[in-house]
Amino acid sequence: MSDYNFAYLDEQTKRMIRRAILKALAIPGYQVPFASREMPMPYGWGTGGVQLTAACLVPDDRLKVIDQGADDTTNAVSIRAFFQRTAGVAVTTATTQATVIQTRHRIPETPLTDGQILIYQVPIPEPLRFLEPRETETRRMHALEEYGLMHVKLYEDIARHGQIATSYAYPVKVEGRYVMDPSPIPKFDNPKLSDNPAIQLFGAGREQRIYALPPWTQVVSLDFDDHPFVASKADHACDLCGARDSYLDEVVTDDVGSRMFVCSDTDHCTTRRDAGHTGRLAEVAA
Amino acid sequence: MTALTGGFADPAIQSAQGFRVLMQAMARPGTIHDLALAVPPAPLGRAAGTVALLLADPTTPLHLAQGHDAIRDWLAFHAGCPLVGPDRAALALGRWDDLLPLDRFAIGLPDYPDRSATLIVALDRLEAQGARLTGPGIRDQVSLSLPDIAPFRANRALFPMGLDFILTCGDRIACLPRSTVVEDA
Repeated sequence: MSDYNFAYLDEQTKRMIRRAILKALAIPGYQVPFASREMPMPYGWGTGGVQLTAACLVPDDRLKVIDQGADDTTNAVSIRAFFQRTAGVAVTTATTQATVIQTRHRIPETPLTDGQILIYQVPIPEPLRFLEPRETETRRMHALEEYGLMHVKLYEDIARHGQIATSYAYPVKVEGRYVMDPSPIPKFDNPKLSDNPAIQLFGAGREQRIYALPPWTQVVSLDFDDHPFVASKADHACDLCGARDSYLDEVVTDDVGSRMFVCSDTDHCTTRRDAGHTGRLAEVAA
Repeated sequence: MTALTGGFADPAIQSAQGFRVLMQAMARPGTIHDLALAVPPAPLGRAAGTVALLLADPTTPLHLAQGHDAIRDWLAFHAGCPLVGPDRAALALGRWDDLLPLDRFAIGLPDYPDRSATLIVALDRLEAQGARLTGPGIRDQVSLSLPDIAPFRANRALFPMGLDFILTCGDRIACLPRSTVVEDA
């Protein structure tokens, strides 16, 4: 352990964040303002998620941090090291072993379980922000359930592209009340938001907002009767583990147009390969 | 027992552990959890005292419906929260009968429904039977002994505004946020 207070933040700050978390859980999908602190990392690197994690951690937690599904990218590695140093908690890359998972823009492929906490890093928490820049107006629109503008945006997608072209940060409606930005997760992950046994917390540090989904909350992706929501992904199998049901990243492998598709969730891919599953390029990669 | 004893021995760790229990309780309305980290003076129960220390500080005006000098002194030393009337309170602490009528407390604003009071209620009985609860955080339904039905139904009708309840009895807590639908068993 270090000379920092447990989990870096001082007690009064954590109490303030904890009160906001309780209000967020009581009003699912509503963005609770909170007095976000400067953290020892830049905005955009997950300061909202880090503050939520700091307020939630207990010493016997096992923390997993992922960035676009990967445990081994810079953002994930540095946040994991930050909490190892300031909270002394155990860390893991296995989704099934983790008690708290901080994530940037993905929901793990492995289904979450009762008792786990999933903490999202959120850049822009307001789903209506690019339709209406004034905070006073978007607050009033949420209060009046005035979400017609969002449907107009989705309709304009259909008018221009023949389908709803929004592929990430796809807006959802929570328990038939608040329209919520699920953070920039691919829309492939949207169905996992609903009826999830884990607690889902969303933190936006720069924008100073916290919102939450309690377990077993109904979350519906916005759509139209004649253009229903489709949780799409690249139409390939993973080239390393052969999975056909996981979200894939496209990787360019040379300068003559070769490419491969790999699972975005590195733990899911590793677990499958360890179990003997192989994909098209598994031998080349090995 | 004085006002100076009975707080958290290890504030950072115990408030983290206590909050995790409280968060699980708020995320899963109606489920009963053990929470007894602080030792407040009688007649305040250990769970109610622990919740007060987890949430109250100099920035949260608290309405003390259970007006005992010993509790006032204990909160002043361990939490430092200003004591105020119900209309200005962010937190309220007391027995159910002393907290009534509930319309004295802030229910939030349409634009800011989070600016509402959280009521820490001391009950004589808290068991998993009685009223039927459904809503976010509840898979099918749960049962919880409630002191009354009508005030909670009226509170749900205000959603997304409304009060949030942390029900305590001795060492145990259960939460009833405004999102929960309450029906007769």
